[in-house]
Amino acid sequence: MSEQLLFTFDVDGDDFTSAGQASSQVKRNLRQLGISPDIIKRVSIAMYEGEINMVIHAGGGTAVVAVTEEHIEIVLKDQGPGIKDIEQAMQEGFSTAPDDVRSLGFGAGMGLPNMKRYTDYMNIESEVGVGTTITMRVNLM
Amino acid sequence: MTVNELLKLEGFSPVVITDGEAEVKGVYIGDLLSWVMGRACEGDAWITIMSNINILAVATLSDVACIILAEGVELSEDIKTAAKDKGINIICSEKSAYDIAVALSKAL
Ligand SMILES: Nc1ncnc2c1ncn2[C@@H]1O[C@H](COP(=O)(O)OP(=O)(O)OP(=O)(O)O)[C@@H](O)[C@H]1O
Ligand SMILES: [Mg+2]
Repeated sequence: MSEQLLFTFDVDGDDFTSAGQASSQVKRNLRQLGISPDIIKRVSIAMYEGEINMVIHAGGGTAVVAVTEEHIEIVLKDQGPGIKDIEQAMQEGFSTAPDDVRSLGFGAGMGLPNMKRYTDYMNIESEVGVGTTITMRVNLM
Repeated sequence: MTVNELLKLEGFSPVVITDGEAEVKGVYIGDLLSWVMGRACEGDAWITIMSNINILAVATLSDVACIILAEGVELSEDIKTAAKDKGINIICSEKSAYDIAVALSKAL
Protein backbone atom coordinates (compact mmCIF):
# COMPACT_ATOMS: atom_id res chain seq x y z
CA MET A 1 0.00 0.00 0.00
CA SER A 2 2.03 2.96 -1.22
CA GLU A 3 -0.38 4.91 -3.40
CA GLN A 4 -1.38 8.09 -1.62
CA LEU A 5 -3.05 11.32 -2.71
CA LEU A 6 -2.24 14.45 -0.73
CA PHE A 7 -4.16 17.71 -0.49
CA THR A 8 -2.61 20.56 1.49
CA PHE A 9 -4.27 23.80 2.60
CA ASP A 10 -3.39 26.93 4.51
CA VAL A 11 -6.25 27.97 6.75
CA ASP A 12 -6.34 31.74 7.13
CA GLY A 13 -6.87 32.82 10.72
CA ASP A 14 -8.30 36.26 10.00
CA ASP A 15 -10.83 35.41 7.42
CA PHE A 16 -13.87 34.14 9.17
CA THR A 17 -16.13 34.44 6.18
CA SER A 18 -14.06 32.22 3.91
CA ALA A 19 -13.54 29.54 6.57
CA GLY A 20 -14.68 26.27 5.14
CA GLN A 21 -12.90 26.66 1.83
CA ALA A 22 -10.50 23.81 2.49
CA SER A 23 -13.25 21.40 3.50
CA SER A 24 -15.41 22.43 0.51
CA GLN A 25 -12.45 21.80 -1.81
CA VAL A 26 -11.84 18.40 -0.21
CA LYS A 27 -15.50 17.58 -0.68
CA ARG A 28 -15.16 18.30 -4.42
CA ASN A 29 -11.91 16.34 -4.70
CA LEU A 30 -13.38 13.30 -2.97
CA ARG A 31 -16.44 13.42 -5.19
CA GLN A 32 -14.18 13.35 -8.25
CA LEU A 33 -12.45 10.31 -6.81
CA GLY A 34 -15.80 8.54 -6.65
CA ILE A 35 -15.83 8.18 -2.85
CA SER A 36 -19.29 7.38 -1.44
CA PRO A 37 -21.48 10.33 -0.36
CA ASP A 38 -21.75 9.06 3.21
CA ILE A 39 -17.97 8.99 3.63
CA ILE A 40 -17.61 12.37 1.95
CA LYS A 41 -20.13 13.90 4.35
CA ARG A 42 -18.32 12.50 7.39
CA VAL A 43 -14.90 13.65 6.19
CA SER A 44 -15.99 17.11 5.13
CA ILE A 45 -17.97 17.87 8.30
CA ALA A 46 -15.15 16.66 10.55
CA MET A 47 -12.70 18.74 8.58
CA TYR A 48 -14.92 21.83 8.57
CA GLU A 49 -15.31 21.66 12.34
CA GLY A 50 -11.53 21.42 12.69
CA GLU A 51 -10.97 24.20 10.20
CA ILE A 52 -13.40 26.53 11.97
CA ASN A 53 -11.78 25.70 15.31
CA MET A 54 -8.38 26.71 13.94
CA VAL A 55 -9.86 30.01 12.75
CA ILE A 56 -11.78 30.78 15.95
CA HIS A 57 -9.47 29.41 18.59
CA ALA A 58 -5.98 29.30 17.07
CA GLY A 59 -5.52 32.07 14.51
CA GLY A 60 -5.33 29.67 11.57
CA GLY A 61 -3.15 26.71 10.67
CA THR A 62 -2.65 24.06 8.04
CA ALA A 63 -4.71 21.12 6.88
CA VAL A 64 -3.35 18.05 5.12
CA VAL A 65 -5.66 15.41 3.74
CA ALA A 66 -4.25 12.07 2.61
CA VAL A 67 -6.31 9.56 0.69
CA THR A 68 -5.05 5.98 0.63
CA GLU A 69 -6.79 2.75 -0.25
CA GLU A 70 -7.59 2.10 3.41
CA HIS A 71 -8.65 5.48 4.72
CA ILE A 72 -8.86 9.23 4.44
CA GLU A 73 -6.63 10.96 6.95
CA ILE A 74 -6.98 14.60 7.98
CA VAL A 75 -4.21 16.32 9.92
CA LEU A 76 -4.95 19.80 11.25
CA LYS A 77 -2.04 21.66 12.74
CA ASP A 78 -1.91 25.08 14.37
CA GLN A 79 0.42 27.20 16.46
CA GLY A 80 -2.41 28.57 18.57
CA PRO A 81 -2.77 28.71 22.36
CA GLY A 82 -3.22 24.96 22.73
CA ILE A 83 -5.89 23.12 24.74
CA LYS A 84 -5.31 22.94 28.49
CA ASP A 85 -7.69 20.11 29.30
CA ILE A 86 -8.45 17.93 26.29
CA GLU A 87 -10.96 15.74 28.12
CA GLN A 88 -12.97 18.83 29.08
CA ALA A 89 -12.74 20.28 25.56
CA MET A 90 -14.14 17.01 24.15
CA GLN A 91 -17.30 17.27 26.26
CA GLU A 92 -20.49 18.29 24.47
CA GLY A 93 -21.32 21.88 25.38
CA PHE A 94 -17.86 22.96 26.54
CA SER A 95 -16.77 26.11 24.72
CA THR A 96 -14.54 29.10 25.27
CA ALA A 97 -15.79 30.86 22.12
CA PRO A 98 -16.13 34.64 22.54
CA ASP A 99 -19.51 36.38 22.23
CA ASP A 100 -18.95 37.80 18.74
CA VAL A 101 -18.32 34.28 17.44
CA ARG A 102 -21.34 32.92 19.32
CA SER A 103 -23.58 35.45 17.64
CA LEU A 104 -22.61 33.83 14.32
CA GLY A 105 -23.90 30.48 15.50
CA PHE A 106 -20.65 28.94 16.72
CA GLY A 107 -19.73 28.12 20.30
CA ALA A 108 -22.16 25.31 21.01
CA GLY A 109 -19.25 23.17 22.14
CA MET A 110 -20.23 20.50 19.63
CA GLY A 111 -17.34 20.73 17.15
CA LEU A 112 -14.87 18.33 18.72
CA PRO A 113 -17.66 15.84 19.66
CA ASN A 114 -18.86 15.96 16.03
CA MET A 115 -15.32 15.30 14.79
CA LYS A 116 -15.10 12.27 17.04
CA ARG A 117 -18.54 11.02 16.05
CA TYR A 118 -18.00 11.32 12.30
CA THR A 119 -14.56 9.71 12.19
CA ASP A 120 -13.23 6.24 12.99
CA TYR A 121 -10.11 7.53 14.69
CA MET A 122 -9.28 10.85 16.30
CA ASN A 123 -6.25 11.96 18.26
CA ILE A 124 -5.53 15.38 19.76
CA GLU A 125 -2.02 16.44 20.62
CA SER A 126 -1.85 19.82 22.26
CA GLU A 127 0.55 21.85 24.32
CA VAL A 128 -0.40 25.13 25.94
CA GLY A 129 1.46 28.00 24.29
CA VAL A 130 2.76 25.79 21.48
CA GLY A 131 -0.19 24.57 19.44
CA THR A 132 -2.53 21.75 18.58
CA THR A 133 -2.37 18.89 16.10
CA ILE A 134 -5.50 16.86 15.44
CA THR A 135 -5.38 13.66 13.41
CA MET A 136 -8.58 12.05 12.17
CA ARG A 137 -9.21 9.03 9.98
CA VAL A 138 -12.25 7.73 8.19
CA ASN A 139 -11.90 4.15 7.02
CA LEU A 140 -12.61 3.27 3.41
CA MET A 141 -12.63 -0.48 4.01
CA MET B 1 -42.32 17.04 -1.59
CA THR B 2 -39.86 18.99 -3.73
CA VAL B 3 -38.50 22.45 -2.97
CA ASN B 4 -40.70 23.85 -5.76
CA GLU B 5 -43.76 22.24 -4.18
CA LEU B 6 -42.80 23.67 -0.79
CA LEU B 7 -42.69 27.11 -2.38
CA LYS B 8 -46.34 26.76 -3.39
CA LEU B 9 -47.38 26.59 0.27
CA GLU B 10 -48.73 29.83 1.70
CA GLY B 11 -46.17 32.14 3.28
CA PHE B 12 -42.98 30.93 1.62
CA SER B 13 -40.95 32.89 -0.93
CA PRO B 14 -37.85 32.00 -2.93
CA VAL B 15 -34.58 33.77 -2.10
CA VAL B 16 -32.17 31.64 -4.15
CA ILE B 17 -33.37 28.50 -5.92
CA THR B 18 -30.72 26.49 -7.74
CA ASP B 19 -32.41 23.08 -7.74
CA GLY B 20 -36.17 23.29 -7.26
CA GLU B 21 -36.55 19.56 -7.85
CA ALA B 22 -34.52 18.67 -4.75
CA GLU B 23 -36.56 16.37 -2.51
CA VAL B 24 -37.47 17.60 0.98
CA LYS B 25 -37.52 14.54 3.22
CA GLY B 26 -37.61 16.03 6.69
CA VAL B 27 -37.08 19.10 8.83
CA TYR B 28 -34.35 20.29 11.17
CA ILE B 29 -34.58 23.44 13.28
CA GLY B 30 -31.52 25.06 14.82
CA ASP B 31 -29.23 28.07 14.89
CA LEU B 32 -26.13 26.57 16.47
CA LEU B 33 -24.11 25.49 13.46
CA SER B 34 -22.31 22.53 15.02
CA TRP B 35 -25.62 21.12 16.22
CA VAL B 36 -26.97 21.39 12.70
CA MET B 37 -23.90 19.64 11.28
CA GLY B 38 -24.17 16.92 13.88
CA ARG B 39 -27.90 16.32 13.61
CA ALA B 40 -29.45 17.52 10.34
CA CYS B 41 -30.02 14.77 7.78
CA GLU B 42 -29.55 14.74 4.06
CA GLY B 43 -32.67 16.15 2.40
CA ASP B 44 -33.90 18.07 5.44
CA ALA B 45 -35.37 21.54 5.17
CA TRP B 46 -33.21 23.47 7.64
CA ILE B 47 -35.11 26.21 9.47
CA THR B 48 -32.93 28.92 11.02
CA ILE B 49 -32.74 32.61 11.85
CA MET B 50 -28.97 32.73 11.18
CA SER B 51 -28.09 34.86 8.18
CA ASN B 52 -24.29 34.98 8.02
CA ILE B 53 -22.16 33.44 5.29
CA ASN B 54 -21.30 30.36 7.36
CA ILE B 55 -24.81 28.94 6.90
CA LEU B 56 -23.85 28.23 3.27
CA ALA B 57 -20.97 25.95 4.24
CA VAL B 58 -23.16 24.21 6.81
CA ALA B 59 -25.96 23.67 4.28
CA THR B 60 -23.52 22.28 1.72
CA LEU B 61 -21.76 19.97 4.16
CA SER B 62 -24.92 18.56 5.69
CA ASP B 63 -26.60 18.06 2.28
CA VAL B 64 -29.86 19.69 3.34
CA ALA B 65 -32.45 20.22 0.61
CA CYS B 66 -32.91 23.89 1.45
CA ILE B 67 -32.43 26.57 4.07
CA ILE B 68 -35.62 28.23 5.30
CA LEU B 69 -35.03 31.64 6.90
CA ALA B 70 -37.69 32.18 9.54
CA GLU B 71 -39.14 35.36 11.08
CA GLY B 72 -38.54 37.44 7.95
CA VAL B 73 -34.75 37.25 8.26
CA GLU B 74 -33.02 38.70 5.19
CA LEU B 75 -29.74 37.91 3.44
CA SER B 76 -27.18 40.35 2.05
CA GLU B 77 -26.67 40.38 -1.71
CA ASP B 78 -23.18 38.86 -1.55
CA ILE B 79 -24.47 35.91 0.45
CA LYS B 80 -27.21 35.37 -2.14
CA THR B 81 -24.59 35.41 -4.89
CA ALA B 82 -22.41 32.96 -3.00
CA ALA B 83 -25.43 30.68 -2.45
CA LYS B 84 -26.09 30.66 -6.19
CA ASP B 85 -22.45 29.69 -6.85
CA LYS B 86 -22.62 26.87 -4.33
CA GLY B 87 -25.91 25.55 -5.67
CA ILE B 88 -27.91 26.06 -2.48
CA ASN B 89 -31.67 26.56 -2.18
CA ILE B 90 -32.82 29.31 0.18
CA ILE B 91 -36.44 30.15 1.03
CA CYS B 92 -37.74 32.81 3.38
CA SER B 93 -40.86 33.19 5.44
CA GLU B 94 -42.34 35.68 7.88
CA LYS B 95 -43.53 32.76 9.99
CA SER B 96 -41.82 31.57 13.16
CA ALA B 97 -39.76 28.39 13.10
CA TYR B 98 -42.63 26.64 14.89
CA ASP B 99 -45.27 27.74 12.37
CA ILE B 100 -43.01 26.74 9.49
CA ALA B 101 -42.50 23.32 11.01
CA VAL B 102 -46.25 22.89 11.50
CA ALA B 103 -46.89 23.85 7.86
CA LEU B 104 -44.22 21.42 6.65
CA SER B 105 -45.49 18.66 8.88
CA LYS B 106 -48.88 18.89 7.19
CA ALA B 107 -47.36 18.96 3.72
CA LEU B 108 -44.71 16.25 4.06
N1 LIG C 1 -7.39 24.31 17.58
C1 LIG C 1 -7.69 24.69 18.83
N2 LIG C 1 -6.83 25.46 19.55
C2 LIG C 1 -7.13 25.85 20.81
N3 LIG C 1 -8.26 25.52 21.44
C3 LIG C 1 -9.17 24.76 20.79
C4 LIG C 1 -8.94 24.31 19.45
N4 LIG C 1 -9.99 23.56 19.08
C5 LIG C 1 -10.84 23.55 20.12
N5 LIG C 1 -10.36 24.26 21.15
C6 LIG C 1 -10.99 24.43 22.49
O1 LIG C 1 -11.93 23.39 22.70
C7 LIG C 1 -13.24 23.96 22.94
C8 LIG C 1 -14.29 23.04 22.38
O2 LIG C 1 -14.20 22.99 20.95
P1 LIG C 1 -15.50 22.64 20.11
O3 LIG C 1 -15.17 22.70 18.66
O4 LIG C 1 -16.08 21.37 20.63
O5 LIG C 1 -16.52 23.80 20.50
P2 LIG C 1 -16.54 25.33 20.02
O6 LIG C 1 -15.62 25.51 18.87
O7 LIG C 1 -16.30 26.18 21.19
O8 LIG C 1 -18.05 25.48 19.54
P3 LIG C 1 -18.70 24.83 18.21
O9 LIG C 1 -17.68 23.94 17.60
O10 LIG C 1 -19.90 24.09 18.69
O11 LIG C 1 -19.06 25.97 17.35
C9 LIG C 1 -13.18 25.33 22.32
O12 LIG C 1 -14.12 26.21 22.85
C10 LIG C 1 -11.74 25.75 22.64
O13 LIG C 1 -11.62 26.17 23.98
MG1 LIG D 1 -15.73 24.25 17.23
